[in-house]
Amino acid sequence: MASLELRNIVKRYKSQTVLDNLSLTVADGETLVLFGPSGAGKTVLLRLVAGVIDPEEGKIFIGGEDMTDVDAEFRGVGMAFQNFALFPHMSAFDNIATPLEAKRSSQGAIKAGVESVAKLLKIGHVLSHKPRALSNGQKQRTALARALVGSPPLLLLDDPLRNVDAKLRFEMRLELPRLLADRGATVVYVTQDYKEAMALGDRIAVMSQGVIRQLGTPEQIYREPANIEIARLFGDPTINLLDVKPARDARGVYVGLSNVQVHLTDAPETAIGRDCIIGLRPEALHFVGDNEPGAIPVTVEAETPLNEKIVTLVRTVRGREILVSRPAGTPGRSEGKAHIAVDGKSALLFDHASGERIGAKNIVNLRSGEAA
Amino acid sequence: MEHTSLLERILRGAALTLVVIFFMFPIVWIFMMSFQTNETILRIPPQLIFEPTLANYTALITGKLMTAAGTLDIAFMRNLWNSVFLSVTSVAVSLLLGVPAAYAFARHKFRGSEDIAFTLLSFKFAPALLVLLPLTLYFQKLGLANTYIGLIWVYQLICLPLILWIVRGYFEDIPADIEYAYRIGGHSWFATFRKIALPLAGPGIAAAGLLAFIFAWNNFVFALVLASADKQPVTVGALAFITSSGIQYGQISAAIVLSITPTLALALYAQRYLVEGLSLGAVKG
Repeated sequence: MASLELRNIVKRYKSQTVLDNLSLTVADGETLVLFGPSGAGKTVLLRLVAGVIDPEEGKIFIGGEDMTDVDAEFRGVGMAFQNFALFPHMSAFDNIATPLEAKRSSQGAIKAGVESVAKLLKIGHVLSHKPRALSNGQKQRTALARALVGSPPLLLLDDPLRNVDAKLRFEMRLELPRLLADRGATVVYVTQDYKEAMALGDRIAVMSQGVIRQLGTPEQIYREPANIEIARLFGDPTINLLDVKPARDARGVYVGLSNVQVHLTDAPETAIGRDCIIGLRPEALHFVGDNEPGAIPVTVEAETPLNEKIVTLVRTVRGREILVSRPAGTPGRSEGKAHIAVDGKSALLFDHASGERIGAKNIVNLRSGEAA
Repeated sequence: MEHTSLLERILRGAALTLVVIFFMFPIVWIFMMSFQTNETILRIPPQLIFEPTLANYTALITGKLMTAAGTLDIAFMRNLWNSVFLSVTSVAVSLLLGVPAAYAFARHKFRGSEDIAFTLLSFKFAPALLVLLPLTLYFQKLGLANTYIGLIWVYQLICLPLILWIVRGYFEDIPADIEYAYRIGGHSWFATFRKIALPLAGPGIAAAGLLAFIFAWNNFVFALVLASADKQPVTVGALAFITSSGIQYGQISAAIVLSITPTLALALYAQRYLVEGLSLGAVKG
């Protein structure tokens, strides 16, 4: 059993506050992804949990036990570092074996433990090599093996795929969820790659400037981002953002896009008459015939086929550029005049001034960090 | 192209030869003098061809110095032993104290840590002669004058700051994450120091130890003032060759050859570790 609970954590470096009164709970067996730009405090948070740095205020509970003042070696967590942090003077085998040695396991048990985890991560053939003789991918797997070998109930993975090439990153993104699920460990995973976050996380905590901006399932973060910033970070191509001022008529709330009234489903009443920004995911737009209701006239500027999908850049009559994405093989326009329609259900409305999503239900209470 | 590279090679060879001659000449000359008698050394013009003699070395090893005025007893072998003993012990004590201190200064920024580290370094700024007068008085009061312990203590002024500052730099170069990784694996800070920090800073510690040894070996003025004949190292002992019947160039040369041999041997032996130390810096976490 190793749930993790952080209560009102404050971490300062000199006058700079890196983590500001942050609270977070990770359930036993859950994988929580910490996502955010560099300098958001993700790595600091992980190090606090590992016990290599201490918080100025707040408490850390692992498996229900207060670990705030417990030294790193007694916390029983496993951690993989972004820069691998392998011991350069030891072979890969000895690197992986160190957590088992600390437990005073027998030579036989160490050998068996290292070999089984090495087999799992496909590095059995390089165990005798020193780190400098390993490829980046092998280093990364060795570091991961070292974190996993002692079967720690709590695993901290600090952007472990950051320094490996794209192909390996893709492979590991597929392998890791199963690997982590098989272990049954509670996982805190730091990443700056939204695809990794979506692929691995049971829940995602979006951090910036030392606070959690939104906490939710990948689905929630994508469909109901708390603010423009988060909406922009998730999704490729990025979300289209346009200035609008919602109004209402007999059919409900609508926004004017290129003099066409686009009705929104479930749009909050509070948005009416306010300066807003509408967020339209590229896949929520599609090409339609010119006589469809709500069809917006556009000019196709460019088209980028991305294998599984095709991204088209179009320009509205007001000169605003919009990205439209559609699955490969579906009909569309690749040049000239066209019309697009908006899926009114998935449109997102943000307050123009604050950037917060209007009517956001799962918006995070910034002070406590808990989903309200 | 071939021609240019040949010319380049010749020029480089010539330049290297010049440099080697310039730096090695005194050593080679001393080496040659050590196999000559005073008469052949002082011949004018000096000659490269001579009949080698081992008399100088014999005199040093047996401790009997033959001069025109008669036979003198010299304690050269005793001095050599003193040098070895003082230098080795001083460096050992400095390593024992300096390496853990360097680690503390590198890894733990406590209140005043920079000030303390700088104070230790500042011991090297003070002119030795200025320190010596009060030190001599204290040492005489404390009964430390003319003792090995007293000398080794004073030698810490030479060795400790050197080792502390060099080794500290090496410890700081070890990425903290590597040590964190070991601790998170379940090892105590002391195990981390022993199994991670020490081996990784090993070449740096060797380099610092070697430098400290050379400085201690070459020290003259502390030992001159604080030690009497039976505790003196070779640097001070060499004064005995300036006798009433003239300077014994042959014996001085032989003494120099004998006294640089240990440091030279040590440097050659440690060289591969030093080179390894330089290349280990390329290892990334």
